[in-house]
Amino acid sequence: MKQLRRENIRFWQGNEACAEAAVIAGCKFFAGYPITPASEIAEHLAERLPQVGGVAIQMEDELASIGAAVGASWAGFKAMTATSGPGFDLMQETIGWAFMTETPCVIVDVQRLGPSTGQATKCGQGDVMQSRWGTHGDYSSIVLSPNSVQEMFELTIKAFNLAERYRTPIILLADEIVAHMREKIVIPIAKNMEVINRKKPEPYEKAFFGLQDIPPMPAVGEGFNVAVTGSTHDAYGIRFTADAQEHRQLVERLNNKIQSQAEKLADVETYKIDDCEIGIVSFGCTSRAIYEAVEKAEAKGLKIGYTRLRSIWPFPEKIVRQLTETAKKIIVPEMNLKQIFYEVQRVSNGRADVIPLNKIGGGELITPEELLEKIEESA
Amino acid sequence: MSKSFSVKKYLRPLLLPFCSGCGGITVMSEFLRAANELGYEKLDKFVFCSGIGCSSWIPSPHFVADSVHTLHGRSIPVATGIKLMRPDLHVIVFGGDGDIVGIGLSHFIHAARRNLDILVIMVNNMIYGMTGGQVAPTTPFKAKTTTTPYGSFEYPLDAAKLAVTAGACYVSRWTTAHPKELKDSIKKALRMQGFRFIEAVSQCLTAYGRRAGFKDSWEMLKWFKEKAIPIESAEVMSEKALTGKIVVGEFVRRKRPTLVETIYRTIKEAQK
Amino acid sequence: MKKIEVRISGLGGQGVVAAGQILGRAAVYDGKNVVQTQSYGAEARGSAAKSEVIISNDKIGFPAVRKSDVLAAISQEALDKYLKDLKEEGVLIVDSTYVKKIPETRAKTYKIPATEEAERMFGAKIYANMLILGALTKTIGISVKATEKAIEDTLGKKVADINKEAFRKGRSLS
Repeated sequence: MKQLRRENIRFWQGNEACAEAAVIAGCKFFAGYPITPASEIAEHLAERLPQVGGVAIQMEDELASIGAAVGASWAGFKAMTATSGPGFDLMQETIGWAFMTETPCVIVDVQRLGPSTGQATKCGQGDVMQSRWGTHGDYSSIVLSPNSVQEMFELTIKAFNLAERYRTPIILLADEIVAHMREKIVIPIAKNMEVINRKKPEPYEKAFFGLQDIPPMPAVGEGFNVAVTGSTHDAYGIRFTADAQEHRQLVERLNNKIQSQAEKLADVETYKIDDCEIGIVSFGCTSRAIYEAVEKAEAKGLKIGYTRLRSIWPFPEKIVRQLTETAKKIIVPEMNLKQIFYEVQRVSNGRADVIPLNKIGGGELITPEELLEKIEESA
Repeated sequence: MSKSFSVKKYLRPLLLPFCSGCGGITVMSEFLRAANELGYEKLDKFVFCSGIGCSSWIPSPHFVADSVHTLHGRSIPVATGIKLMRPDLHVIVFGGDGDIVGIGLSHFIHAARRNLDILVIMVNNMIYGMTGGQVAPTTPFKAKTTTTPYGSFEYPLDAAKLAVTAGACYVSRWTTAHPKELKDSIKKALRMQGFRFIEAVSQCLTAYGRRAGFKDSWEMLKWFKEKAIPIESAEVMSEKALTGKIVVGEFVRRKRPTLVETIYRTIKEAQK
Repeated sequence: MKKIEVRISGLGGQGVVAAGQILGRAAVYDGKNVVQTQSYGAEARGSAAKSEVIISNDKIGFPAVRKSDVLAAISQEALDKYLKDLKEEGVLIVDSTYVKKIPETRAKTYKIPATEEAERMFGAKIYANMLILGALTKTIGISVKATEKAIEDTLGKKVADINKEAFRKGRSLS
């Protein structure tokens, strides 16, 4: 009973940690629609948000859920929705709208096994590319990928902070394993947790959609007469539905405000990437196999290193490139049929031999043994 | 009432995008007249949400007010998020028939069921106007449109009746040939709580009228006048006699606990 | 404590998931690192249910159990399915009310008539999982104090006492 009195230790499910983190990050609005394996987030927030004066509501579908969340954000509050693959499909149109209107909000996609309703209760990692390219048009997304309950907590807070900081929707790309497992987690004391809030305009300001990389964001009802639109608009929110220059200026700025920060946004865990012959690039639940596999491979005298992605998009190119410069072979284990693989291959640009390790079906994880086998094959 | 009233005080100095003779202009000015007559010198207590379609341009970006121009059909969900977090503001949705009862129909029904405290003004031109005149869920039977060249083989939806069934607190239907009634109805709705729905049957000469054989928008207004049946008279008429008619008037006016009331009561209880 | 991997299996409705959660929470209260996962069929009752708990002083990597150190089987099917994945020197705990045929095994075996005892003591089968929990925590070395707090925190104060009594009975039978 060593730690009983330490109130900051919890035994939480991933989805519960996500919901609690949202409350700590200042989330005041949640809208969602039931879907396995994300429903626990809605259930926890339905209980917790009213306790802190917030609103949690179940909408008629995912289209309405994310719409309401974006509306709440324009009302001046931090907002979130949570779903899984099929719901994430439906949310894509509004993710584009949120990107275009520069609306901070957090979208949690707890990945399950698709396409379609596939294996609804089983884990998969097939939404990697959807989280990057899901909505139409040219856009950039910021996507985080937790691999533990602790990270469900930490990256949810980070997602809110990034949303507010960059004035853009943030996707927390979790998966069924991480969302449903229970783990010991340590809650940092409140004063050590950074909570960022959006930049508000000065009373004289009028340009809420341009003139600077990240313009200040007013809320409705504050007297700014803000005109919000997902159509091409100028710095003042006035639509220009045919002007080439206005469109280029807007869409290039929106992409640039994220892409120019790619290095800063890269969030990775690395191990011996400067001194290895075989490298691994991994993310989410799959990455939980690498620690044991690496230990066993090292015991056999293999020189191995890894990069574990806590942020997936923008793709952490610089740090992955570093690995491709030292390792001759790079293994990319994922519970999909090659999604991160091609990114690593692109970044490697022929320097390293990039080897896929894919497994889909039944929610079965890639085991440390399977990974070790691949490592030995590659050696 | 000030005779020198001009809607311009509520409008940004931008060109309006409407075709000449568009019914949307009538709906816009009657709304602004109603706001003026109720004493709103400015629209700073209002938030306007709209979707995609000609009538979605009525408030956005033209009104000097907060306006949120959303995706096609999604104005009501966005209005839900805004109203629940800022219950002190008047949240008004403008949309066309395609937007509100086509692609966005489910949101419309659920908002009425929840009794969300918003006013939805649906400009019903019976056609998809902005995209060039395709059949809408409100297009009359047998009407020719670009996607029903032999005449529509579907029956139109009665959005006002649907709103009543779904639980709206206030429902009325007028046409652009009834500007005074429309304005009075808007005034009434603006003074109420809960889900309020006003359907304004409106002329679109460009995409509907010309194909249907109308020479100008006056002819369409004349047609509305002729086809309009007060709801009191309609109640004693047979379904057959009402075919092709436009039932106008107040469909319902009632009090029900609103979503804002019930949600904030729940929050209060949760905090005990 | 070196890493201990526990698998609890039975049928839906037998409290397999609750037992796993309480075991995991108790181990956390005892200062351990814990990962707990669960799986069950689409039906809430009657299909196979499984809960896995990994307990360690060190950081836990892979969250799924392959070969378990401890297997608790509450149904014959569960035993038949998972015995082969129990380590040779492992510990086997069975509810002898349901598990009648135990193949030859080198595992240290505890036969607890959990369901029978639960019915006799409380007139309800549903407390059988707490008897199994008692045997599990004793074998693994999780403290009584931590487990009783975990029972309270997981199931609520209202039903804690009766569950704690069943849990203590399970300890005494193993």
